[in-house]
Amino acid sequence: MNEMSSFWSGWITFIALLNIFLCVWMLWWCQRKHDDDVPEGESMGHSFDGIEEFNNPLPRWWLGMFYAGIVFALLYLMLYPGLGAYKGALGWTAVNQWEREIQKADNRYDRIFEDYAKVSIEDLSKDPEAVKVGQRLFGNNCALCHGSDAHGAPGFPNLTDTDWLYGGDPETIKKTITFGRNGNMPTMAAAVGDTADIKNVAAHVLSLSGRKGSGDAEAGRAKFALCAACHGQDAKGNKMLGAPNLTDNVWLHGGDEASIIETITNGRSGAMPTFKDKLSEEKIHVLAAYVYSLNK
Amino acid sequence: MSNSDLTAPQYNFTVVKQFTVMTVVWGIVGMLVGVIIAAQLAWPALNFDLPWLTYSRLRPLHTNIVIFAFGGSALFATSLYVVQRTCQTTLFAPKLAKFVFWGWQLVIIAAAITLPLGFTTTKEYAELEWPIDILIEIVWISYAIVFFGTIMTRQTSHIYVANWFYGAFILCITILHTVNSMEVPVSLWKSYSVYSGATDAMIQWWYGHNAVGFFLTAGFLGMMYYFIPKRAERPVYSYRLSIVHFWSLISLYMWAGPHHLHYTALPDWTQSLGMAFSLILLAPSWGGMINGIMTLSGAWEKLRDDPVIRFMVVALSFYGMSTFEGPMMAIKTVNALSHYTDWTVGHVHSGALGWVAMISIGATYCLIPWLWNTKEMYSLKLVNIHFWLATIGTVLYIASMWVAGITQGLMWRAINDDGTLTYTFVEALKATYPYYVIRWVGGLLFLSGMFFMAFNTWKTIRGASQTSTDAAAQPA
Repeated sequence: MNEMSSFWSGWITFIALLNIFLCVWMLWWCQRKHDDDVPEGESMGHSFDGIEEFNNPLPRWWLGMFYAGIVFALLYLMLYPGLGAYKGALGWTAVNQWEREIQKADNRYDRIFEDYAKVSIEDLSKDPEAVKVGQRLFGNNCALCHGSDAHGAPGFPNLTDTDWLYGGDPETIKKTITFGRNGNMPTMAAAVGDTADIKNVAAHVLSLSGRKGSGDAEAGRAKFALCAACHGQDAKGNKMLGAPNLTDNVWLHGGDEASIIETITNGRSGAMPTFKDKLSEEKIHVLAAYVYSLNK
Repeated sequence: MSNSDLTAPQYNFTVVKQFTVMTVVWGIVGMLVGVIIAAQLAWPALNFDLPWLTYSRLRPLHTNIVIFAFGGSALFATSLYVVQRTCQTTLFAPKLAKFVFWGWQLVIIAAAITLPLGFTTTKEYAELEWPIDILIEIVWISYAIVFFGTIMTRQTSHIYVANWFYGAFILCITILHTVNSMEVPVSLWKSYSVYSGATDAMIQWWYGHNAVGFFLTAGFLGMMYYFIPKRAERPVYSYRLSIVHFWSLISLYMWAGPHHLHYTALPDWTQSLGMAFSLILLAPSWGGMINGIMTLSGAWEKLRDDPVIRFMVVALSFYGMSTFEGPMMAIKTVNALSHYTDWTVGHVHSGALGWVAMISIGATYCLIPWLWNTKEMYSLKLVNIHFWLATIGTVLYIASMWVAGITQGLMWRAINDDGTLTYTFVEALKATYPYYVIRWVGGLLFLSGMFFMAFNTWKTIRGASQTSTDAAAQPA
């Protein structure tokens, strides 16, 4: 944050206090008796479209409330930052309050996660208490995309089906959560050919999971060499690249003919964000154990 | 109330009549949109997958229409009536006044088209894009010329307190709208704010809070200061109180905006000042309530007999309640619980439905018979039904949103023994569901009251024109 110049600091202090002072002065002025006042409780003597105004005093309880508000505000502005660059007697800032709260939370909760971190993910996934903790972390950090039951959604993988894009061993799951993943299927339209060619390739892809498309699967097989670079000759995918297995009838972006044609034509991309700045390593460890436990 | 004093000047009530009728019309439209989006929160499928029916586009339409079209029309109608009557003179620049009416209708129509189409500056309560901002500026300055011109040509020596409040409202809205709408157009329907980051947020909420302070508070206090003493036929309780609370209210309000941005990137000192001044603001806000309610002392029986007075007194009660709630919510520790929850929505509506709408409805029920020279509204029984629908609707709305908001706030902060959050966001949303349904019912009741008002208004005006035709047809 930039330091405030002394001019601005002085100006802010001046107009804030002036405003409060003018309110006090006005309250005092309206309370005291003036020589030319009409008697209390009587009409001021002017009438507007038939409306007259009484000269009643300010209610005492209301004055008390007004002064109490002012006293509170002045005390508050002495204790806390408010009057320009003045830091306040308590030395409070929003940042140091946050740091204190984080410190307190760390002192209290770190032990729990440190203990969990000493156990392997595999063993932790069999500890019902740890899995419960992991599930809560999942609910608040992962469920937004993968669903609260971890069954995923179009474009967001199902985490319960033992079908893994990047691998489902404990360490890989932890790595995925820690650093995130960037899935990218390039657009293949130009390389494959015209719409008939794309239809043929789609028919071949459908045939891999034992289904039929409207195109010529045999003709498509020849073109599949273009896809094999990532998905492999046997179309069983490549976990190094996150290229999905095309033979298991599990589909991230839809497995009907139209979706497959769309995927080939325009490509797909997906991003799993990195969590290393959001969750501690120990928490990610417990979270990985929960995700791992879903596949047993 | 008689308007036939022989010495009375020739008042110009054409614009007043037009705005009075549009108050009822825009009230129905704006509240209907509100009921639709309340239903969408409970049953999201009601947007029918149509982009222009989605909550995100209809919500600003709802706020713009209820605040600026409904509330605005009520303020235009009453201020231009009150300023003539209390200054004992006719409207200054009548042609400009005519332009104010048609210009303002154009602003509303433009809002009703562009907002559902998705054109927005994204600034809350200032969503309209730059061409409409410019139109608002022109219409608003014309309004200021008509209003202050009338004050300057007044036949009375003093300026009545209602006009101080109307004047402050007109002046400050000019400043707020001008400063907050500073933007760089990049195409006909797209612009970018000239401010950025925390400065932009601060300017926006300086605008946002003072829109509440000057549009929704000062303006309607002006209304209160004329229609309550006039309807009750009682003098204003305390002239001194009106002086003190006027000046303290308008000066202190200007500081309170940062309480909308507690615990954000806004510098600490700004947040502290916002909180401190919001707390002092409680007493000046209550000054208006005291003056309004005490004006009725000696005429309490009217509260029993006259549903129109009842509208205005209940309005003052909700005003007192929400101006107490506001400073409490501005306290940082309370705000930490209430912020981003439906409590805020409940608070806003206890002001919007309870105060702004009820005082406007009360004033309009006074104004219609005065303007069309009939003794009373067509049916006071219908006014009474409207009163109960509005009151029950408001109570259901704000009570459900209190419970919903506090539930959300507590669920969001609940923590397990391991430091993880107890509830996911969706669980808090599920807990809110029944209150969303209750809120919708409350809104529906409030809206249904407006249909009684429309029918009553139509009957009153039609009856008035028939009587005058009959009178003209039969020579005495």
